[in-house]
Amino acid sequence: MNELQGMSDPKPMATDTTPPQRFRRPSPLLWVVVPVFLVLLIQGVLVMEITPTRLASGAVNLMHFIGRAFPPYLSDLDVIGWAMLETLYIALVGVTAGVVLSVPFAFLAARNTAPHVSVRVVTRFLIAAMRTIPDLVWALIFVVSVGLGPLAGVLAIVMDTIGFAARFFSERIEEVHPGPSEALTSTGAGRLSVIGGAIMPETLASMTATSLFSVEKALRSAVTLGLVGAGGIGVELAAAMRLFNYDEALTIILAILICVLGFEQLSSAIRKRVI
Amino acid sequence: MSAIRVSELHKSFGDLHVLRGIELEIRSGEFVVLLGANGCGKSTLIRCLNGLAQPDRGAVEVDGLDIGRARGRSLSRARRQIGVVFQHFNLVPNVSVFQNVLYGALGQQPGGLARTLPAFAPGNLRNRAMACLERVGLAEHASQDCRRLSGGQQQRVAIARTLLQDPQVLVADEPVASLDPRAGRAVMELLVEIVRERGMTVLCSLHQLELASEYGDRVVGMKAGRIELDSGRNPVGKSAMAALYQGVVRVDDALPEDRTHAVAQSA
Repeated sequence: MNELQGMSDPKPMATDTTPPQRFRRPSPLLWVVVPVFLVLLIQGVLVMEITPTRLASGAVNLMHFIGRAFPPYLSDLDVIGWAMLETLYIALVGVTAGVVLSVPFAFLAARNTAPHVSVRVVTRFLIAAMRTIPDLVWALIFVVSVGLGPLAGVLAIVMDTIGFAARFFSERIEEVHPGPSEALTSTGAGRLSVIGGAIMPETLASMTATSLFSVEKALRSAVTLGLVGAGGIGVELAAAMRLFNYDEALTIILAILICVLGFEQLSSAIRKRVI
Repeated sequence: MSAIRVSELHKSFGDLHVLRGIELEIRSGEFVVLLGANGCGKSTLIRCLNGLAQPDRGAVEVDGLDIGRARGRSLSRARRQIGVVFQHFNLVPNVSVFQNVLYGALGQQPGGLARTLPAFAPGNLRNRAMACLERVGLAEHASQDCRRLSGGQQQRVAIARTLLQDPQVLVADEPVASLDPRAGRAVMELLVEIVRERGMTVLCSLHQLELASEYGDRVVGMKAGRIELDSGRNPVGKSAMAALYQGVVRVDDALPEDRTHAVAQSA
C-alpha cells in the first residue's frame, strides 16, 4: 500500500509569480572555457603565421593556377573516364561490403538486441575505432598491407562505412518500439526470428537511407583515397598536380564534381521514395 | 485440472514491489476477468504468465509447465501454449496484415522466420493463416499494411495471430482499453466467441466493470499487488468491484476520462 499512499493529493504550494530573470548568470564553466578558447585561437593564428601578406600572395598563386588550368585538357578523357569508373567501383564494392557487415555489428551494439553487455561494449568500441580513424589513415594502413591499388581503397571504405553505418543502424534499432518484438517473443519465437521478424521491418527504410548516404560519403572519400595510392581517380589527380599539368587536373576536378553531384541527386531522389 | 497455477508470486522492479504474494488457480476452460486500478500489478502478473517477466519468488505454472523457472528453448516451447493479446496490439509495422498473422506460427515452424514469410510459408500454413483472418472478419484486408487499419481491426489481426498460434491458454492485457466503447465491445465479443469455440483457458484484464460481469465466468480483483477479490462461481456485485479502485483514483489523476467516470459512477 505504501506506494499508493504516496500518491495522495499534493498540497498546493505558494507560487512565485514574478517572471524569470531576463539574462541568466553565465555558469562558472563558461568563465574557464571562453578564455581558454580565445588563447588557443590567438596562439594558433600566430604560430601558423597567418598573415595578410601570405594570404595575398596565396591569392596571386591561385590566379596563376587557374590561368594555367584553363582551358581544361580534354584529350585524355578515356583515361580519366576509366579512373572515375574505378573510383565508382571502389565506392560501391566498399559500401556494399561495409553495409552488409554493419548489420551484425549494429545488432551486437544496440542495447535491446545485444546478447550481453560486454559484447555491446566491445562492439561499440570497435565501431567507434573504425569511425574515428579517418579513411585516409585506413587507406595508408591497407596500402602497406595489401599494396597500392583499388583493393586498399575498398578496404578503407569498408572500415569507414562500418564506423558510420553500424552506428546509425544501432541507434535506429534502439529506437524500435518494444511491443512487436515482445509479441513475437510471446509466441515462442527465438531471438533471431524476433530480430528478423519485428525489428528489421521497422528499421529497414531508415537503414536503406543511411546506406545511400554511405555511398555518397564513400564516393567522396574514394576520390581522395587515390592521393595516397589506394586506386581510383585520385591517383590521376595527384599525378597531374605533381607534374604541373593543371589543365588536366581541372578536367579531373570537373569530372569528380559532375559524378558526385549527379550521384547525390540520384541518391536523394531514391531516399525520398524510401522514407 | 488447473490450467494456471500461481503461488506466492513476488515481483519487484527496483524499489517498487509490484506483486506481493499472488495466489491464483484457474481451471481449464475458465474465462477469468482480472480487475484492478492502474499500477496494481495486473500487467506484471499477465507478463509473468508468458515469461515476458520473470518472477523474483514463487511459482508460475501454466498447463503443467513451470514458466517461472523455464529458460531458453524450454521457455520458447512453453510460450507456444500461452497466447498473449496486448493492449496496444503490438503488430509489426511495414508488413502486411497477412504477414502479421503468419508470425503467430513463428514459434512452431522448424524453419524459423523464413517459413513464416508469405513467399516461403508452406501452403497449408498460408491457408490456415487465411482461415484465421477470415474468422476475425478481415480476409479482404490480407495484403494491406496493418497501420492503415482502425484500432479495432488491428486488435482483430492480433487475435488472428494468436489463433494461428493455437494456444491452450490465452492471457489478454486490457485488450479493449485503447478502443472506443463500441469497437471495444465488438472485439470483446469476438474474443469470447473464439475462446469458447476452442475451449481455451483465459485470463483477461479489463477496466470496464460491466464487461467484466458480462463476460467473465469468474472475476478476480487485485489491489496493491495482491488478490483482494475472487468471485469464484458467484456473480459479483458492482460495489465489490468498485472497492478495488477506492483510495487509488484521485480527481486530478491522469486517467482517461471514461475510466475515472466509470469508477466515480459505480462508487
